[in-house]
Formats: sequence, C-alpha cells, structure tokens
Amino acid sequence: MTMAEKGLAPVLEEKLTRQDFVSSQEVRWCPGCGDFSILAQVQKMLPELGIPREKFVFVSGIGCSSRFPYYVNTYGFHGIHGRAPAIATGIKIANPDLEVFVITGDGDGLSIGGNHLLHAIRRNIGLNIVLFNNRIYGLTKGQCSPTTEFGQKTKTTPVGSIDYPVNPLRVAIASEAGFLARSIDVDTRHLSTVLERAARHKGMSFVEVYQNCKIFADGAFDHFTERSVRSDRVLYLEHGKPMIFGKEGNKGIRLNGIIPEVVEIGKDCSEEELLVHDEKFPGPTLAYLLTGMGYPEFPVPVGVFRAMEQGEYSEMLKAQIDEVVAKRGRGDLDRLFDTGETWRVDENGSE
Amino acid sequence: MNPAALKVNLADLEPGGIILVNTDGFTAQNLEKAAYETNPLEDGSLSSYRVLRVPLTELTLNAVGPSGLNRKEAQRCKNFFALGLLYWLFDRPMEHTLHWIEKKFGRNPKTAEANVLALRAGYNYAETTEVFTTHYSIKKARLEPGTYLNLTGNQAVAMGAIAASLRSGRDLFYGSYPITPASEILQDLSKYKEFGVKTFQAEDEIAAVGAALGASYAGHLAMTGTSGPGMALKTEFVGLGVMTELPLVIVNVQRGGPSTGLPTKTEQADLFQALFGRNGECPVPVLAASTPGDCFWTILECFRIALKYMTPVICLSDGYLANGSEPLKIPSVDDLPDLEVEFVTDPEGFQPYARDEETLVRRWAIPGAPGLEHRIGGLEKQHITGNVSYDPDNHDLMNRLRARKIAGIVREIPPTQVFGEEEGETIVVSWGSTYGAVTSAVENLRKEGVSISSVHPRFLFPLPPDLGDLLAGFKRIMVPEINLGQLSYVLRANYLRDVIGLNVIRGRPFTIAQVEEMIRERL
Repeated sequence: MTMAEKGLAPVLEEKLTRQDFVSSQEVRWCPGCGDFSILAQVQKMLPELGIPREKFVFVSGIGCSSRFPYYVNTYGFHGIHGRAPAIATGIKIANPDLEVFVITGDGDGLSIGGNHLLHAIRRNIGLNIVLFNNRIYGLTKGQCSPTTEFGQKTKTTPVGSIDYPVNPLRVAIASEAGFLARSIDVDTRHLSTVLERAARHKGMSFVEVYQNCKIFADGAFDHFTERSVRSDRVLYLEHGKPMIFGKEGNKGIRLNGIIPEVVEIGKDCSEEELLVHDEKFPGPTLAYLLTGMGYPEFPVPVGVFRAMEQGEYSEMLKAQIDEVVAKRGRGDLDRLFDTGETWRVDENGSE
Repeated sequence: MNPAALKVNLADLEPGGIILVNTDGFTAQNLEKAAYETNPLEDGSLSSYRVLRVPLTELTLNAVGPSGLNRKEAQRCKNFFALGLLYWLFDRPMEHTLHWIEKKFGRNPKTAEANVLALRAGYNYAETTEVFTTHYSIKKARLEPGTYLNLTGNQAVAMGAIAASLRSGRDLFYGSYPITPASEILQDLSKYKEFGVKTFQAEDEIAAVGAALGASYAGHLAMTGTSGPGMALKTEFVGLGVMTELPLVIVNVQRGGPSTGLPTKTEQADLFQALFGRNGECPVPVLAASTPGDCFWTILECFRIALKYMTPVICLSDGYLANGSEPLKIPSVDDLPDLEVEFVTDPEGFQPYARDEETLVRRWAIPGAPGLEHRIGGLEKQHITGNVSYDPDNHDLMNRLRARKIAGIVREIPPTQVFGEEEGETIVVSWGSTYGAVTSAVENLRKEGVSISSVHPRFLFPLPPDLGDLLAGFKRIMVPEINLGQLSYVLRANYLRDVIGLNVIRGRPFTIAQVEEMIRERL
C-alpha cells in the first residue's frame, strides 16, 4: 500500500532525492563501520515513500547507532540512553501524521532500554524501530552487550562472557510485535527493501540489522554474511514462497513435527513438502521457530518474518478523543468549570 | 470513637476538646485489642476532655430497621448517624449530604434509605437528648462575590493544565505513572477528552517524562506528575529538557521520604532535589503552590514560564494540598494569563539556538514545519547553530547563557506580598502548604502586639528579587518547614544571613498552635 493509500500526508509533486536527506554534518563513524551502509540505504529509501521531508523525525538514544539523526537532513532528536522509544511515543501521539523512526542498538535498546522497547512494541505505536545489532558496545569502546555471544572476550569480560545473550527478534515477538524483520548491513538491496517495507507497515515495525563494528567486534557475522558463503548460509524469506537456500537453490527447510530441519531438495524431500513462509501466520509461532535458526545448524533467516496489521495506538487515541468531542462538543472554559456543583456568592455574601 | 481510634488520635485533641464515644464499642474484647488495661471511660484518664457517650451502634440499628438491611449491613450506617450528630452540633443544613446519598447509592435504594434514616436519627438524637448542651455556629467565611467550586489540589492541577491548554490553543499531553499521592491527576485528566487532552499512562516514571518531552518537541503543551521517588527517576530527562530548551511542566506532589518513605503522609523535603538534583549546571525554575486552590494558579504560571522561557519548570505540591480542598473562585477568561505560543514558520535565517537578546530564549520550530529541519539532543550545543560542539569556550559560554536565561525570570516575579510591616523584629519565611497554619499563627502573635511579619514566596528558583532587601529590614528570620531546613539553607547561602529553622518532620501538616509555639520559643 502506498503512503497515499494509507492516507498519510499529501503526495509530493516533485519527488525527493537521496541528496535531500543528506545533512551538512560530517559523518564520524569509524572507517569500515556498517553504519555507513545503513545510513546510505535509509537515505536512498526515504524518497521512495513520497512523504514530505518535514514529516520525518529520527529519534535515537546513545551509542554509535544513535549518532544517526545528525546525518539525516530531517527533524531529529538525539535523546538519552535507552529512552528513544519513550520520546518517540510522545512525538507520535502528539502528531500521528509524522513518520517517526527510532534508531537504537543492542545496548541502547536491549540493555538499559529493554523496558521501553518492550512497551513501545506492545502498544503497537506507529514507530519504525531499527536496531543495529553489532554484539558489542562500540561508543564506550568494547564492553559486552546483551547480544554478545557466550564466552566472548570483551573489555569487561576478559576471560569470556558468562552472560547468556538474548535474541532481539524474540524479545520483539514476546512483546507481541506485529511487524518483524531482519537484514544485514552489507546486503544493500535487501536492506533497503526491508526498511521500506517496515516504513510502509501501518503500526509498529521492528527491524534488526546485523551490523559490523570494525574496531571492537570485527567479523561478528562474517561466518554467514561474507559474500562467498552468503547464499549457502542465509535464508531469504519471501511471503508465500517455500524456504529455499543454497548456491544451487537445492536446499530447503522442512518442518519435522514442530522442529525445522534442513533438507536437500530432490534427495530428502520434494519442493512441495518444504515449509512455505507466511508473514500472516496466525500467532507468533512460525516467526518464533524461524528466529531460533542459527549458524551452523541452520541458514540464518533474513527478511520480513511477520507482518500483521492491528490498531495503531496514536490513531486509536485520536479516535477516542474525536468520539468524545463528537458526542459532547469541544470543551471550553465555561464547560471546564461547569461541574454541576458550583455555587454563587453575591454582594451580601449569601448563596 | 472506638477504643483503637481513641488510642491513636487522642494526642491530637487539645484539653477541653470534645470526644464523641460509641459506648457500644467499648467492650472488653475491643479494649484488649487496643491494649487498654483499664477502661478509659471509667478510669478518669479522660477527665480533662468533654466526653459525650452515645450508644451509637444500638441507636443506628434501631433507626435503620425499617430499611430491611441485615445487622451487618446496618452497622455500616454508624458513620451517618455520627454525621447527623455533628450536623446538629455545628448547626448546618443536611441537604448537601442527603443529595449526595441519593447520587451515590442511587442504584441501591435500600442502602440509600438506611443511610438517610441513620443521618436523620443522629441529628434528632442530638436535638432531643441532653447529650449536647450547646451547639456551635461557625461564621461563614467572607468570600468575594462570584461563582465557586470546591477543588482538591490534584483536581486544581488538572484544571489549571486544561486552562493553560485552552488559553494557549495547544493540546495538552500528560504523561504519568501511578504513584501516591499524584495518581488522581492522571485519572482526572483522562476524563477530559472533550478538551483534546491526551493522557498517557507510561510503563514507568522515566517513559512518562520522556513521552512528555517528545510531545513538547512536537508542539504540545506537556506535563508530567509524580511524587518524590518518581522525581528521582525523572532527573535525567529533566536535564535533557534543559539542554534541548523545551517547555515542560513537572509536578512533584511531595510525600514523606526518603526512599519509599511515607506514601500517604505529607512533607516538603524535596526542595533540595528540585533545586539541585541534576548533573552539571542545570538550572530549572521551581514554583510551589500554597493552597489547594492555588495549585490551579501555580500550574498556569508554570506553563507561562515554561513556554516563555523554553524550559522545564518544577511545580512543588504535597499530599496535604493534593487531598485537601477549598473553594476556588471560578475565573473569567480575562483573569487567565496570556499563554500565546508562536512557532517558527519562516525558514529564512533560522538557527535553532539563536537567542532573543533580552530573554536569551531560543525559538520553537516543530516537526512538520517545512524548511526548518534540525536536530537537537543532549550533547552540548554550539551557540546559535545548535550543532554538537566540544569547544571549551563554547561550553563555558553555553553554561553561562543557560544560567542567565533562568536567572532572568526574576523579571516575571511580582513584588513580594508581606503580611505585616516591611520592617520589624522578626520575619517568618515559609513556602508550600504551610501557608494557612503559618499565616494564622503570625496573625495571632500580631494580635498580641508582637513585632512579626511573614512572607510566603511562590518562586523558590529564582527567588524573588526583592526578598533580600525585605529580609534586611528584620533582626530575626524564622523559617518553619516540614523538613530539616532546606529553605533555611538556601536563604543563608543566598543572603549571607543566619536563619532560625523551625523544623518538624512528622508526616503531618503544621497546626496553628504548633507554629505559634515554635515561633514563641525563639522570639
């Protein structure tokens, strides 16, 4: 559905370009950081939405990811650590016509901000949440994060992390997310497609981006994102299509009871027996199964896991207010004090 | 009163006071439960009071019989019997309560009837028997002509915020989290949807203020409300509000602290927190309401300052004001302050942190306005451009500009109202909900010829510009506070004068007698 069909903002006469979204600020991420790629794809994607530039707001917390708003030439709010979803919620409730993005990271969003993330997702408030997962704390120079792998040596875990990590998409599923997706910083075409789908989704959208931190966690995802192995180790989900991967397109996913398994098409089973991806699968079960698939046992799934529509918070609130105003009329000062329990005192002091 | 109630509350009664006793409640079992070894009604311990004995339970059951309630239900009407007695004692008409019973128990006619029977029976009992030898007539308070409404402090906060919304033409956003004694503000505001009020029960205190700040960024009138523990959590966001220079009203309905403290008891020990509780040089205007009705006017003033100076503003209330009530004279539109809001619309030459020459206030451009796209945030800002800046001289300059902007608010503060002469022996400086008790105490002392005046400032930061000179006209400064001496500390630091703190921190409002005695001891 286009933005015009969604009834969001007037369609522009002159289409915006990528350049319109580049700010005057010098981009200061480390050379080789995955964030450059994500920035480029966002700037490429935004003009496609056909929304006037002044309607976009980028809200972030603290972290390398959260420097993002400074580099996009839109309204932006660089907030405090973990609290972007709260700020963004207030912005969206105040003006539901704005297209609001929340840019966060694995530390900002899942550690200090875990609570706000849960509730922003649960409320289905129309925010586009993009979580840059680099499995480390980059800005503060190398401490472990809630997604750092077990046993990983970091600045605060020099003999290996004993924290069991959490899976961002599973946190989102548990928070009843209606739109879930994952992509990879260097898979540029896929990334911009996923981001566009997220923006077009009415209601809250949650996208996890595997992002490489060149300095403090270099290569965290290389074992499946590296170009030469990607097609064998990444599963590109497509709604309505059977789950097939591999350089020769001869491997697939089949359900064995309630457990997924990797099969060779033609050898272990036919294509008809493969699991077909369904973004509208009733309930979170399918998405939950998919998010549990990790390297090396499985190909890592990317794409849109789930895309379900339900009432969006800021619009529902507006509708509630509109309904009361329609019934009782818009309040004014006289009505404010007219509680039916007032009394008059005249010049003589009598009532 | 039953034995337990008597034990707990007797200390509050002055000698010669009246105790209304439900003799039916003074059974051996109840006396034991209340840890009375002997019956106070018989052992002479109450000889300095006037004890009025009434077989309240029995009389209530008899009166309520015709309504058809069972014994257990009928006993619950005792309070209305007692109320009826009091109505006779204070010579007041019962219409208001009769009307209230009808409204409250409308769906339960049996209960309504029983309560009315109990109420009338109590009144008649007082009139007929010789339990009371006199009744008391309280003179009507002298109110200015006008239309009045009885409001609790929390209701007044809600109404003040809506009045601000109406006056400014901007929708109100209230983000809050339930906490005693502030929850009613959220509940009340949530009922005012026809005024376009957007209430948001956030997942925690931090999200509440965060969403409010976001709503402010998007151009709404924004407010959040809480009590002490919630203020502690909101601190970081208040700092962000100061750095981003956005209007935001934060209401602290103070309660007993520290930590969880005494949620249902009043106190005024969060002044330090309001003045100093943020990292860095982080000035925030602080205003305090002095009566339930004054909460309405103080909130309006908080919004006016927040909007005019593009700053968070802290409004201090407390549990006593929040739950206490008084009549408020309904204002006309002209009585309300001007709260005009002007957003930037012309992109030509717009710089997010360019300031007005006199007030040092930056202009407000909101998302949705074409050509004005800019980024703000918590990092230090370059003067005028608003870009992130680590430059040392810029940081020094910005700190001083922010401080000067807030200090300049003194131009908004009207001359301090003095109760009494502007020169003399003793001046009493108080703030917040102690207004009534302190003013009455000072009034009593003045009637005896004591040289004493009092002031009760609303602005605690910045302090009124005439306060220093005023204090200089007195030999002695006394500061009664329900804390261990916070305003005392501030006055000493600001004016280099010593100050006598009159400090009690029992979770109770001051009584007039208590303040009078404290002052007398130090005269």
